[in-house]
Amino acid sequence: MGTAGVSASCINMASCSSLKILTLLSLFLSPTIVETNNIEAKAGQFFSSGHTNNWAVLVCTSRFWFNYRHVANTLSVYRSVKRLGIPDSHIVLMLADDMACNHRNPKPATVFSHKNMELNVYGDDVEVDYRGYEVTVENFLRVLTGRLPPSTPRSKRLLSDDRSNILIYLTGHGGNGFLKFQDSEEISNVELADAFEQMWTKRRYNELLFIIDTCQGASMYERFYSPNIMALASSQVGEDSLSHQPDLAIGVHLMDRYTFYLLEFLEDIHPSSTTNMKDLFKVCPKSQCVSTPGHRTDLFLRDPGSVLITDFFGSVRKVEITTDTINLTAPMVHLEDTRPVRELRTEIQTYMDQLPVAEIIHQVKHTHTTNDNNRCLSPDFNPVHTSGLTPPPKHQVVAFLVADWCCLLPTSGC
Amino acid sequence: TAICQSITQLMMWYANNAKYFPPPSTAKDQFQEELVIKPLHSGDIYASFQFRTQWDTDFLLGSKVSHYRLFPKSLGQVISKFSVRELHISFTQGYWRTMQWGQPFLPSPPGAELWVWFQDTVTDVDLAWKELTNVLSGIFCASLNFIDSTNTVQPSASFKPLGVGNVTDQRFLRYAVLPREIVCTENLTPWKKLLPCGSKAGLAVLMKSEKLFHSSFHSQALHIRPVCKDWQCKSTSWELRQTLNVVFDLHTSGQGKREWSLFKMFSRTLTEACPLASSSKVYVDITDNPQLFELSPATPLVSQAVVLGDGRTYSVYDLTDHATFGQTHSLNVLLRWRAAEREMLRPLLHGERYVAGYGLQTGEIHTLVYNNHPYRAFPVLLLDTVPWYLRLYIHTLTVTSKGRDNKPSYIHYQPSKDRLQPHLLEMLIQLPPNSVTEVTVQFERALLKWTEYTPDPNHGFYVGSSVISALVPSVVAMDTNNTQERPLFSSFFPCKEESTYFMRIYTEPLLVNLPTPDFSMPYNVICLTCTVVAVGYGSLYNLLTRTFQVEEPSQGLAKRLANIIRRLRGVPLLT
Repeated sequence: MGTAGVSASCINMASCSSLKILTLLSLFLSPTIVETNNIEAKAGQFFSSGHTNNWAVLVCTSRFWFNYRHVANTLSVYRSVKRLGIPDSHIVLMLADDMACNHRNPKPATVFSHKNMELNVYGDDVEVDYRGYEVTVENFLRVLTGRLPPSTPRSKRLLSDDRSNILIYLTGHGGNGFLKFQDSEEISNVELADAFEQMWTKRRYNELLFIIDTCQGASMYERFYSPNIMALASSQVGEDSLSHQPDLAIGVHLMDRYTFYLLEFLEDIHPSSTTNMKDLFKVCPKSQCVSTPGHRTDLFLRDPGSVLITDFFGSVRKVEITTDTINLTAPMVHLEDTRPVRELRTEIQTYMDQLPVAEIIHQVKHTHTTNDNNRCLSPDFNPVHTSGLTPPPKHQVVAFLVADWCCLLPTSGC
Repeated sequence: TAICQSITQLMMWYANNAKYFPPPSTAKDQFQEELVIKPLHSGDIYASFQFRTQWDTDFLLGSKVSHYRLFPKSLGQVISKFSVRELHISFTQGYWRTMQWGQPFLPSPPGAELWVWFQDTVTDVDLAWKELTNVLSGIFCASLNFIDSTNTVQPSASFKPLGVGNVTDQRFLRYAVLPREIVCTENLTPWKKLLPCGSKAGLAVLMKSEKLFHSSFHSQALHIRPVCKDWQCKSTSWELRQTLNVVFDLHTSGQGKREWSLFKMFSRTLTEACPLASSSKVYVDITDNPQLFELSPATPLVSQAVVLGDGRTYSVYDLTDHATFGQTHSLNVLLRWRAAEREMLRPLLHGERYVAGYGLQTGEIHTLVYNNHPYRAFPVLLLDTVPWYLRLYIHTLTVTSKGRDNKPSYIHYQPSKDRLQPHLLEMLIQLPPNSVTEVTVQFERALLKWTEYTPDPNHGFYVGSSVISALVPSVVAMDTNNTQERPLFSSFFPCKEESTYFMRIYTEPLLVNLPTPDFSMPYNVICLTCTVVAVGYGSLYNLLTRTFQVEEPSQGLAKRLANIIRRLRGVPLLT
């Protein structure tokens, strides 16, 4: 379109001139049209992500003191995510070992990420949901897919829905296609991809950001096939992720390089920043990281340049504007206590005797009703079956009571 | 602005004089906090925080409680949902050294301990116990979900209810201990959030994790029980006690100098009492003063209390009184030692436990109970919970005092079932005066299935502490009168008699090594087997099927070209 077409199709003078005027007018109007388009684009970008809540699942899979850096990695991401607004109730933090109160830690209740003990990422307000032996492949997959036993408390569940953006961060020791959990089991990239597919079919996420900081981390996201997943890894297949710096007072390496530079990058982000994912991909180039970080965005529907960092690391607060007035100064009306008033008991209640010696000596116990060896003792202290062992006579003050004493017999099958 | 000024003046006058206004009559809950500082003979210092919330409400009958003020809602819901009559949970790091430190105000075993009395309306106690442990693991960020039937017992005579009531059907009691459980800031954070003022005002501002966990002993506990509402005790109210006991070491926290202050212990000072507290006090034990140490700032309030069978004197700082904070608006209690200590009186009751034997097949558990009273004998109830993988031989159980056999007047033994329940042994033993009683039992170690080993099996497996409950004779007459206000730390265990007081002590947990397989063996076996099969089968296959053929050696390039030309010419080829 434009003036070339106009001049080419100019047949008579009158139409030519009107068309020229029109093109001149459009040239003047286009900046204003572009201006309004800009505002709409910005507003569109604000609402473009389509998520309403944020969750984070942060997992450290390594045990033992020399894997201090993996716990420090996870805690530094936890700290950034909390700082940017995701509350503890929306973070599932899994730490496979306790470094802060480990007896080898010269400064208890601290986990440092920078040498010379500059930054304590453990902090004073930390809630670990899965710790120690609870961090297993089974529990991790159950958290992701939501198939937990009914008695699991809320803080240990990932209660996401189809409008949740989830950040998943894994760190530990890994290899080509697997990640090691606690030196005793592994999770493979196929299992992880299947878990994400289960999450997708159950509509448990809107968009998912997967970050992994292990050796050969890129192998873990090779097998993903569910939509709306963006993945980052600290090293390619065949490369090792290296640790950053040791602290001579603590005696171990404090952080891994990729997460160290990721933490530095996130320290500059605040809840209203507009940094997008393309900057996240540039974190830790080969000169700093020695390994080559990789990323995968082909499953992600939006353009990574339009995805904000705070879409995953921060928390969305939707504000609803209302025009109703709410009176905050009106006095509170206490609801009448509708419970029935307990009739006052007239007998005086007392505390129990903590060690009633006489009562204990004369205690005669009935068998447990759940005991399946009911043949052993009936309530009147006579064994129902003959076993060649006579029961102790009842008049003895010394009461030798064994709940299922027949189990001591060599013939029983206990 | 004139109106504004007058309003602000009115509000300030109200705030300054608020304590003279009676509390609203509808408030049925109250909160008290106190801190006891007790210098120990070894140079360490023992600090015990107690927070008590008392609420006159009924969680169990009638409609659901919906308005929570001081009592935390998460615990109120736990009580009403699981029909809990009493709940006691403690998290401890470190072991209480009775011989060096004396007796604690509230004892607790290393690790996590939970014991619960359910109401008699509960039909399935085991199911309620399982769900309760899971809920508590979420509240306290601890791995309490590992409590299952393999480490839960039902004591038959120990752990009588500490609250009011008269029903003691021990079927509604469950006890479990996790000796491996770690305590760290992640357990302290939700515990602090249960306090009415959180960690923002009052005594809880002193609880900074970096100092609390850099100590020899740290124990935080929570106790819920029904108590008498008033001195007449015709009705009950619910009491929630949160306690935190910590012992700071002279050398690691005190830098070797015998001088302690609140700032040195906690890196904080007190600035105000919790506004929601009806009483907020700091007690410092000055029984051995004035020769021993100098206490500043001076305080006129002194209180006497009978604690653990001994009469002690305390200096009291009342934080609800603004004058306590002085000019600097902060209170830093400072203790400076002047003279060396006398010898500590030996504690009357003391317990030890260790594993004897060698090898990975058998062993012997020895429990030693010391009665250090010169002429009085008293009974103790010993409760032992041993996991199923240590198979106890009860026919080898011996109880000896002063070299002679001491027959217990009550024994309750429940044998273990593999992978289902642990051993439970309860014995009521009369300890002769000034003696050591030794309980020994031999055991055999079981081989676990390879999936049952923890990820670090060479660390060993823990056996929970033994519990020794005793009625110890007291030096001074105990106060059985429940009517007057007593400091919280002296009123935890109910007192029925004047001449004895109830005490519970815990022995060390045991760490035993089980025969552990070499977990790299499956990999080694696969490699070796595959190599042997490949080499053996490969050789056999070759022998059977390989044939040898004569083959002309390949010729060089020049010779091959020459041969091609010769073939074209029809001339015989070169060899």
